[in-house]
Amino acid sequence: MRQMLRTGAAWAALGLAGSAALAPTAMAQETNLVINDEIEIVTRAPAPEHMEYVREIFSGWEYRSPETQTLQMDDFENPGMIGVDNARADFDTAMGADGQSCASCHDTPEALEGVRAVYPKWDEAKGEVQTLEMQVNECVTERAGAEAWDYTGDRMTEMVALISSVSRGMPVNVAIDGPAQETWEQGKEIYYTRYGQLELACANCHEDNYDNMIRADHLSQGQINGFPTYRLKNGKLNAVHDRFKGCVRDTRAETFAPGSPEFVALELYVASRGNGLSVEGPSVRN
Amino acid sequence: MSRQITLAVALALIGAAAQAEVAPQEVAYGEYGAIEASLSGTPGDPKAGAEVMANRGLGNCVACHAVGTLEEVPFHGEVGPPLDGAADRWTEADLRGIVANAKMTFPGTIMPAFYKTTGFIRPGDGFTGKAGTEPLPPLLTAQQVEDVVAYLMTLRDE
Ligand code: HEC
Ligand code: HEC
Repeated sequence: MRQMLRTGAAWAALGLAGSAALAPTAMAQETNLVINDEIEIVTRAPAPEHMEYVREIFSGWEYRSPETQTLQMDDFENPGMIGVDNARADFDTAMGADGQSCASCHDTPEALEGVRAVYPKWDEAKGEVQTLEMQVNECVTERAGAEAWDYTGDRMTEMVALISSVSRGMPVNVAIDGPAQETWEQGKEIYYTRYGQLELACANCHEDNYDNMIRADHLSQGQINGFPTYRLKNGKLNAVHDRFKGCVRDTRAETFAPGSPEFVALELYVASRGNGLSVEGPSVRN
Repeated sequence: MSRQITLAVALALIGAAAQAEVAPQEVAYGEYGAIEASLSGTPGDPKAGAEVMANRGLGNCVACHAVGTLEEVPFHGEVGPPLDGAADRWTEADLRGIVANAKMTFPGTIMPAFYKTTGFIRPGDGFTGKAGTEPLPPLLTAQQVEDVVAYLMTLRDE
C-alpha cells in the first residue's frame, strides 16, 4: 500500500490520473457469467478480510475480450471441456494391480462436488497442506497402487478440470487458519517477494497494477478460481503451477518446480485471495 | 612488423574504451539517483535508443510507458506514466539514473534496473527459468543506456 500510495501521489503530482489499482475502473462491460444458462458464476466479490490492500476481487474472466468470455458460457464451446470428457472416461479406468479406478471409491465425479472449493487443504494424516493434484496422486498411488501421475501432465490436469467442473458456481473457501496458517504465511511471503533480475513480485503486477495494460496484456488479479484454464495461446488446459512457473520465469528468475513446497504454499495463499469468487474451472483465457 | 603495430593500436583503443566505460558496480549515483557522467564515454544515438525502447528483447519500455513519438510501435502499456515531455521534467543526468536504476530515484518502484548486475533474489539465466550466476549481464549495455537517454532527451512538449 505504501508503494501504491507513493506511486499514486507521484502521478498525481505530474497531473496524471491515479492508478487503476486505487480506484478500479469498470470492466469492459457489466456482463455476468452464466454457464449453460444455468450455473451462475460470481466473478466480482468483496475482498476477504485478510487482504489489506484490495477492496474488491475479480475473476480473470472479467479482463478477457467479449469473444473469449463468451466461449466460457457454453460447455459445447468451451474447449477445456474436451479434457473434462477425457477425464470422465479415465475416472472409470482401472489402474494398478487390483484394477481399482477412481469410480471404485467415489462412484461418480459428481460425488466429488464441493471438493475443489476447499483445496489446497490441511491433511491431518500427512501433516501437510495438500493441493488437489497431491490428493489425486495419493489416491492413484496409495489406494489404487498405480504409478504417480505427472504433476502438471495432461492426465492430471484433465482430472483436476473434471473435479473442478462439478463444483462450478460454488464459492472458493480455503481455510487459512489452524494448522494451515504456517503454510499460508509462507505463501504470502512468496507473493510479495521481488524475484529475478526484473525484481518483480506477484503483487507488483496483480495487486498494484490489475486492470492496467502491460504491453498487449490486460493485467488481472492473477486469481486461480478458474483453473485449470484452457488458454487460446497454447491450445491446452493449463495447471496452476505451470502458470506460476511462467510468471516467475518472466521476471528473469530461477523458478520453483511444479509441486514444490513453495508453489503449494503460494497456491494456498493465492487461492485464499479468491475466497468468495466461484469455482470456475475449466475456464477459457487467452 | 606492421601487424604488430596494428595490434598495438587496437589494444590501445580497447584500453581507451574500457577506461571510459563505467561498469555497473562502479556507477556513482547522486543523492536523488542521478548519474552525471556518461556510462560509455560515447554520445548516445537517439535513433538506436528508440529501437531499444520498443524492442521486447531489449528495453521494452513501452511495455509500461506510452510514448507519443513511438506511435508506430504497437501496444503501449499503462503501468508507468507516459514519457512525453520527459526532457522537460528531468535533466540528462536524472534520466541516466532513472534508466540505469530507477530505484535510486523512486524507492520501491516497479520499474526494473537496466544497468544492475548483482543483488537479486533467485536470479535467473535470462528467461529460461534456470538459475543464473551473478554478476548477470545488465539488461542494457552502457551504450544502450546512453542511446535511450539521448532519445528521452528529445521528448519535449515545450
Ligand atoms: C511482469 C508481470 C507479472 C508478474 C510479476 C506476475 N504475473 Fe501473473 N500474469 C501476468 C500476465 C501479463 C498475465 C496474463 C493476463 C492476466 O490474466 O492477468 C498473468 C496471469 C496470471 C494468472 C492467470 C489468471 C487467470 O485468470 O487465468 C495467474 C494465476 C497468475 N498470473 C499468478 C501470478 C503469480 C502467483 C505471480 C507471482 C509468483 C505472478 N502471477 C507474477 C503478469 C505477471
Ligand atoms: C515494469 C514497468 C516499467 C518498465 C519496464 C519501465 N518503466 Fe519507467 N517507470 C515505471 C514507473 C511505474 C514509473 C514511475 C515511477 C514510480 O514508480 O513512482 C517510471 C518512471 C520512469 C521515468 C520518469 C517518468 C516521467 O516522465 O517523469 C522515466 C523517464 C522512465 N520511467 C523511463 C523508462 C525507460 C526509458 C524504460 C526502458 C528502458 C522504462 N522506463 C521501463 C515503470 C516501468
